[in-house]
Amino acid sequence: MTGSILFEAIVFLAGAIICVSIAKRLGLSSVIGYLLAGVLIGPYVLGFIGEEGQDILHFAEFGVVVMLFLIGLEIEPKNFWNMRKTIVGMGGIQVGGTMLLSYILFAALGFDWKVALVISMAVALSSTAIALQTIKEKGLMNTTFGASSFSILLFQDIIVIFMLGFIPLLANSEHKTSTKNHSEHANLLENLPVGLQTLAIILSVVLIIVAGRYLIVPMLRKVAKTGVRELLIAAALLIVFGISFLMEYVGISPALGAFLGGVVLSNSEFKHELESTLEPFKNLLLGLFFMAVGASINFIVIAKSPLTIGGILLAIIVLKAVVLFITGHIFKLKLDQKLLLTFSLAQIGEFAFVLLSFAFGLNILEQEQMDMMLVITALSMSITPIISMINERLILPKIGTKESIKRPMDHIAKSQKIILVGFGHFGSTIGRFLRSHGVEATILDHDSNRVDFLRKMGFEVYYGDATRLDLLESAGIAEAKIIICATNKLSVSKAISKIVKEKYPHVEFMIRTKNRYDAYELLNLGHQNIYRESLETSLTLAKDVLSKMGFRKYTLTRQVQNFIKYDEDSLRRLASEPKREDDYIFKAKKELEQQEKFLNEDFKRGVVDYDNHWDSEHIRKALENPNTKK
Amino acid sequence: MKKILVLFSHPKFEKSRVNQALINHITGKEKVTIHDLYEEYPDFHIDVVREKELLSQHDIIIWHHPFYWYSCPPLMKQWMDMVLEFNWAYGPEGNALQNKTCLNVITTGGSREVYCSEGYNSFTIRQFLRPFEQTAILCGMTYFPPFAVMGTHTLSDEDLNDYKKNYGKLIDLLQADLSINDFDNKSFLNDIPQLKAT
Repeated sequence: MTGSILFEAIVFLAGAIICVSIAKRLGLSSVIGYLLAGVLIGPYVLGFIGEEGQDILHFAEFGVVVMLFLIGLEIEPKNFWNMRKTIVGMGGIQVGGTMLLSYILFAALGFDWKVALVISMAVALSSTAIALQTIKEKGLMNTTFGASSFSILLFQDIIVIFMLGFIPLLANSEHKTSTKNHSEHANLLENLPVGLQTLAIILSVVLIIVAGRYLIVPMLRKVAKTGVRELLIAAALLIVFGISFLMEYVGISPALGAFLGGVVLSNSEFKHELESTLEPFKNLLLGLFFMAVGASINFIVIAKSPLTIGGILLAIIVLKAVVLFITGHIFKLKLDQKLLLTFSLAQIGEFAFVLLSFAFGLNILEQEQMDMMLVITALSMSITPIISMINERLILPKIGTKESIKRPMDHIAKSQKIILVGFGHFGSTIGRFLRSHGVEATILDHDSNRVDFLRKMGFEVYYGDATRLDLLESAGIAEAKIIICATNKLSVSKAISKIVKEKYPHVEFMIRTKNRYDAYELLNLGHQNIYRESLETSLTLAKDVLSKMGFRKYTLTRQVQNFIKYDEDSLRRLASEPKREDDYIFKAKKELEQQEKFLNEDFKRGVVDYDNHWDSEHIRKALENPNTKK
Repeated sequence: MKKILVLFSHPKFEKSRVNQALINHITGKEKVTIHDLYEEYPDFHIDVVREKELLSQHDIIIWHHPFYWYSCPPLMKQWMDMVLEFNWAYGPEGNALQNKTCLNVITTGGSREVYCSEGYNSFTIRQFLRPFEQTAILCGMTYFPPFAVMGTHTLSDEDLNDYKKNYGKLIDLLQADLSINDFDNKSFLNDIPQLKAT
């Protein structure tokens, strides 16, 4: 039945479309949908996909690489450096603790110590693909839990390099010769001494950083100049492929390399273009990856010894969960954040496939042991999204940060309700000022640490995703006068505006935006109260610069007021001009063009002539020449 | 029926019992525009073009404000500085306000008795208002005597009620074309017979 590439493509795509849309309809994570699709089309249910599932799995792992690259793009080098303690601390505790416990478990089950050690290494690693995809899907990347998960996963990506280096040392010397034949991870450095290997790894990391600055960015600029969009897609893929290749060549996890590449490029002007270009590839590849995992669940192996496999699976998940919970505890996460962390990382990850088959190639594992562990890995990956869901639906609402708590409403909140979405740096300033006037906004936020703190301070806070209509309704959107979107995510503001405008058109929107492009979109959606965070602060700074250079402060203040008015007018004028949507690609170029236009207009407008109040010179001139108009 | 523009300026309107009574009483009257300067320009950044337009659309301009330190609140003065531009309101080609009518409506804490050469304020209201009067004259406007609510600190509710009704009646009279001859050299519009009758 198989064989034709077209047929396989049809099977995968159709499976994905059907299962994922059903999963989404049921309110489940898309990961569950993909996994189910994989099981369905796999060799044991419908049999569309046979043994080649494994190959597809390897191919689709590239989705993880692209994902890490995209995550890297969102983390600026400085922030990455700030995270080092969490990465090493949390990651170290998690990997160390899990390895120790699972080694004891497998040794107790009577496995040879080498086997137990290899398996414990595989068990310690979690699935970046499943965990991060779920976290991103729920928009929890910026919470304590998201950052912790990410730190641990990143540490695992680093530690796996050492594991891959260490496993050959366990191999019996008589099998050493067979290494080359089996291992698909043979690389350039295998036969080099450890010192040189390390040097090569460091060199390649440095290479990525240097190339990012001095090769990739200039290349992208050249590409952007050609004006051919698909070239940019090709360039983006080339970057990720290139980094992966280099990393595999020196034996580092390509995902880690891609992450570093992303971090290096996060400061460049191509950040958004790369993001929007690679996002669809990442999603499709990850979907394929999850389906391949589902398809690779070997039901024959399960049928042979269902109890053993079930028992070990359960034991591993419990063991990983306990270690994660303790890790969260040591790093003082709140209970619900701890639980989220515990359940989202309790699976064995895709690295296990690599480690196990590598060890099998070195004859450390027997076929049977490997098959069993592969099945357990695939099962654990399939189960965790379900466990996470149970955690979120059944456990979390009862403990930790509740979605809402009852508290008596004050009179203003009752008659003129204000809903404030997002209580970060921007939103908190708004909330504080409102409160100083006795106006208590109802706050929606999705960081539970913050939510608890705010509740302690007496705010009425709803915890969760503000784009959910039911949460907005329980926060009282129906009686609200104004909703403030203080989030910097345009997508969130747009989603809220879409669902609220439909059902509660009387609610007035006041929206923070990052820049004029986001403002255009909102203006075109009919919003008027738009607050660009990049406008007034920068003008205040510019005003202070001029003041330090000797300009008088009051004149400057008036010029700033003029400038704001002028800029707001031009914003509204330009918003109505037709624009090609999703024109991300040459945004950098367009932005420059627009800046040029503004600067020219500023120049035409004149600098000082505009403000001649309290300036008697023009009166003097006019009186000297009574015939000329001013 | 003449159009009246009330340029109202009060930095703390929400705390002013007297001005609230006066403003509320005349709000909604036909062809009366109440222009609340502190609400329109909280940052003192006056939109000159808009103000000029408003002025040219009206026949009678009322500067309605509390009497602070023998003058108007700062935004009112800012308004004068900015809007009454050379060669628009005054100067060789400045005739935009020609033949309009202008007057002050003020509220003072002190009573009328303390505003005289024997009182502790030494000067009369009319003397203190000279800058406004001359501003109006320079712009070619007819300046009317002020309507003043005085002694507001001790004003009873009944008296305030009378004042606000008189303010409303004054607006009606102005719209029906009150002429300078009706004043009979009175210092305050409060004293003209049409308002005294009640």
